[in-house]
Amino acid sequence: MAFDIGLATLVLGVAAWTIAARDTFAAVIGFVAFGLLLALVWVRLAAPDVALAEAALGSGLTGGLLLRASSRLAPTKGPAVIEKPSAIMRLAASVLCTLMSAALAAIVLLLPEPAPTLAPQAAANLAATGLGNPVTAVLMAYRAIDTLLEVVVLLLALAGMWSLAPDHLWGGLPGRRDPVDRDDVLTFDAQLLVPIGILVGIHIFWVGSVAPGGEFQGATILAAMWILAMMTGLVDAPAVSWRWLRLALVVGPAVFLAIGLAGFALAGAFLAYPESHAKLVILTIEVPVTLSIAATLALLVVGPAERAPQL
Amino acid sequence: MRAATLYGLCGAVLVGLGLFGLIVHPQPLRKILAFNLIGGGVFLLFGVVARRGASAGLGGDPVPQALVITGLVVAFAATALAVALLLRLFQETGRATLRSDDSQP
Repeated sequence: MAFDIGLATLVLGVAAWTIAARDTFAAVIGFVAFGLLLALVWVRLAAPDVALAEAALGSGLTGGLLLRASSRLAPTKGPAVIEKPSAIMRLAASVLCTLMSAALAAIVLLLPEPAPTLAPQAAANLAATGLGNPVTAVLMAYRAIDTLLEVVVLLLALAGMWSLAPDHLWGGLPGRRDPVDRDDVLTFDAQLLVPIGILVGIHIFWVGSVAPGGEFQGATILAAMWILAMMTGLVDAPAVSWRWLRLALVVGPAVFLAIGLAGFALAGAFLAYPESHAKLVILTIEVPVTLSIAATLALLVVGPAERAPQL
Repeated sequence: MRAATLYGLCGAVLVGLGLFGLIVHPQPLRKILAFNLIGGGVFLLFGVVARRGASAGLGGDPVPQALVITGLVVAFAATALAVALLLRLFQETGRATLRSDDSQP
């Protein structure tokens, strides 16, 4: 319990720092630390799958994204000071936010006892899915439609981001290519880390069927490795219009949807799996979906096209 | 008090902190950051509900846990899109502010 009190205090302290820090860069660093501490909280809440997702996605990729944005927006630091809200506005906001927190705290303290839960049902039907990890079973079987829609949301976000490119750059290469020193420590690190990271990513995806892990966590690590390779100039970002890239992005959702529709014929409902081959069907969905998610996540970090297409 | 309740209170305070940052920070990037803090707090509340639902040999109810994983991915996608919009605004106008032009001093 003492550890929990210390951890909760630390989480709140770092969160307050990300709000209070003057410098945006410092605030983003605070946010990355906040994400990692939150991952520890998830472990304490007996949710290791969420902890992995929080560390990789909530802290890692989001942190990278915000760091890049803060460095690009560095020239705008000055004028923002003038726009600071008045003292009355700040006071009103703090009263409102305290009320909000108090209301939520009251709800937490008044949660019904015994707590409603779907854990027994999830555990009872686990055998039918052929999986050993109940969280993966929820994502891939019980609530597969949520996951299908989520993969589509990722694709929509990427389409939205790409369409922000100016007309003359459409179909070009995303991100800037920063000059890289081939003898740099970062380049050396990337050469060492990328092959290992790819293995770790595939491992986390693969063990997700029986142990903490899964396609989203694994895909995030794969995406991070691709980003690292692009950052250090080991590979260049692919052109937005490249056919194979487009194929990699849509193959996951397409296979998912196709198997979902096949469920009508094979098992009588959308996204229903034939019980004897449930695990095989789930794996057939997961492999292309992991590839698509990894590619989409990496390209969401890299940003819209900023260099003209090479003809 | 159970550890889950403690983290639930922590989540409640996080939502308040994030909301405060969202309202008072003039820079859009700080607003995006604050919005992610609110998200962290809301996810934590889900985690508490999941932990309280521990039964049948599971450490927590897997349904809210899976919802949080889905939520994390969608939050990331929304953040990436928001950052892209902000950078495009900066590229177009040379400023990164939510003020409209006629309200400029």
